[in-house]
Amino acid sequence: MLQDKDRIFTNLYGFEDWKLEAARSRGVWDETSVLIKKGRDWIIEEMKASGLRGRGGAGFPTGLKWSFMPKEESERPHYLVVNADESEPGTCKDRDILRHDPHRLIEGCLVAGFAMGAHAAYIYVRGEFYNEAMRLEAAIAEAYEARLLGANAANSGWAFDVYVHRGAGAYICGEETALLESLEGKKGQPRLKPPFPAMSGLYGCPTTVNNVETIAVAPTILRRGASWFTSFGRENNHGTKVFCISGHVNQPCNVEEAMSTPLKDLIEKHAGGVRGGWDNLLAVIPGGSSTPCIPQEVCDDILMDFDALKEAQTGLGTAAIIVMDKSTDIIKAIARLAYFYKHESCGQCTPCREGTGWMWRVLERLAAGNATVDEIDTLLDVSKQVEGHTICALGDAAAWPVQGLIRHFRPVIEERILNAQGSSITAQAAE
Amino acid sequence: MGSNFTFIDEYEGEVKRALAKYPEDRKQSAVLPLLDLAQRQIGGYVSDEAIDEISAMLEMPRIRVIEVATFYTMINLKPVGKFLLQCCTTTPCWLRDSSAVVDAIKNHLGIGMGETTDDGVFSLMEVECVGACVNAPVVQINDDLYEDLTPENVIVVLDELRAGGDPAVGSQVGRTSSEPIEGRTTLIEAVE
Repeated sequence: MLQDKDRIFTNLYGFEDWKLEAARSRGVWDETSVLIKKGRDWIIEEMKASGLRGRGGAGFPTGLKWSFMPKEESERPHYLVVNADESEPGTCKDRDILRHDPHRLIEGCLVAGFAMGAHAAYIYVRGEFYNEAMRLEAAIAEAYEARLLGANAANSGWAFDVYVHRGAGAYICGEETALLESLEGKKGQPRLKPPFPAMSGLYGCPTTVNNVETIAVAPTILRRGASWFTSFGRENNHGTKVFCISGHVNQPCNVEEAMSTPLKDLIEKHAGGVRGGWDNLLAVIPGGSSTPCIPQEVCDDILMDFDALKEAQTGLGTAAIIVMDKSTDIIKAIARLAYFYKHESCGQCTPCREGTGWMWRVLERLAAGNATVDEIDTLLDVSKQVEGHTICALGDAAAWPVQGLIRHFRPVIEERILNAQGSSITAQAAE
Repeated sequence: MGSNFTFIDEYEGEVKRALAKYPEDRKQSAVLPLLDLAQRQIGGYVSDEAIDEISAMLEMPRIRVIEVATFYTMINLKPVGKFLLQCCTTTPCWLRDSSAVVDAIKNHLGIGMGETTDDGVFSLMEVECVGACVNAPVVQINDDLYEDLTPENVIVVLDELRAGGDPAVGSQVGRTSSEPIEGRTTLIEAVE
């Protein structure tokens, strides 16, 4: 188990004050200017060496992403945009960073912004997080007051501004180009890539979009060194990570642990175990709603990291673990997610706009057993036609849970259908 | 176009602050913040007149403002009650029996989804994941999240609100935030 001295988010639960003075006592804003004075190349190389992979779901190497920004600033300014549009069902980690440790994020903005030649950062906070956005605004005001932001931010010689922008209820704005559209005052409909944001992002300017957790961990990694960060987790999966454990556990919680921690340990040591004991486990959605579920026998010894979960045909995603015990109607659980994706599809691409609704309607019928067995394969086939055929990954995100359900629980669906047919035959016979 | 909506003094500072966040020639970026402020001033929804005013202020075609206002679920285009109950029923909440919480609310208030009580105090709607899944089930009431709900404690919250009280937001079962309810398993060692 990770030791407390190696945890980055030492105020994850808000037992201590969020304000600047308390944050400083936790090591935030400690000689930030020293980090910056080591220069842009040093920061990017150190981030690459740390092996940090983006914490928002896709897991792209952070240092590499930062290196894509143009080396010299032209007449077009550079922007850092922080994705705090946390909306993937199961995920609620960024909320704790925003409300309990906002200075860690603000300091991260300065360091990351400097490394990519940006003088401004926009933090896009989902609209529902009103109190969290207000908290962040208050922390930013404190930072300006203490000259940690503004001209010569933190005495680094670098001018830097941070702005909070609130969304208004649209999951799709967590997709980076939809987020940029939204920030420009439009509907949140994803853009075709290329051009990639590093070339043409916010207002057509070079932009990097990073998740809250990714940015917030950067200063600590730089202070303690890449080798400290790589001492946790397996090769290619390094570091610590905030996990969200929800659903049928005795004590749902967020917790920061080492990457590659066994799923069973996370559930049993931190979340009080599965309701009714480990043997009462049916399945887990390991990385937020879009990642395919895995059944108990896979959960027994799987490690929570990018590569292990990929091998199990699922993903780490946002590391949001949704636990389902044997009382769960798994078809209904996935049908509810299908409804979510139907509701959140921006409607731009036909396979997603039509496919998400179609998949939801079929799943509802399957949950009621009101279908034929061959429709399971039709559903699988349609999910494959949605996957990979849309501008953004929402289509994939809607298809994967359906595929996971059919992969592991086909007999359950078949049984539901046959039982329903059986009972209708019995009913007919009784008439 | 004649417009009967203007931001009152109370909101003018906020409007200016919102506009100052974006480059001079990128005023359109402020459309969501302004729609939100208009909704707060009007008391829960955005009127046609407010859309006209925002369109004029941001030099944005009216249709573009409407496009935005209709795309985002938090912008209401029709009046809602004093307290807007936004019940999350997405899978993580559903697994923790959000259905029972929703049923309790419906029974207690005598309204269904999309409806408002006769006295205009409560409106009820179903929303997708509000992002507090380890504190499920969750209902957002105006700006605040009420967490770890049961069919019993949610009614206590509603009654307090109706009586003009100020129920504590967040967990309704005594958690500080997202820590395990029986106590932290981490962040307990003294760290130098």
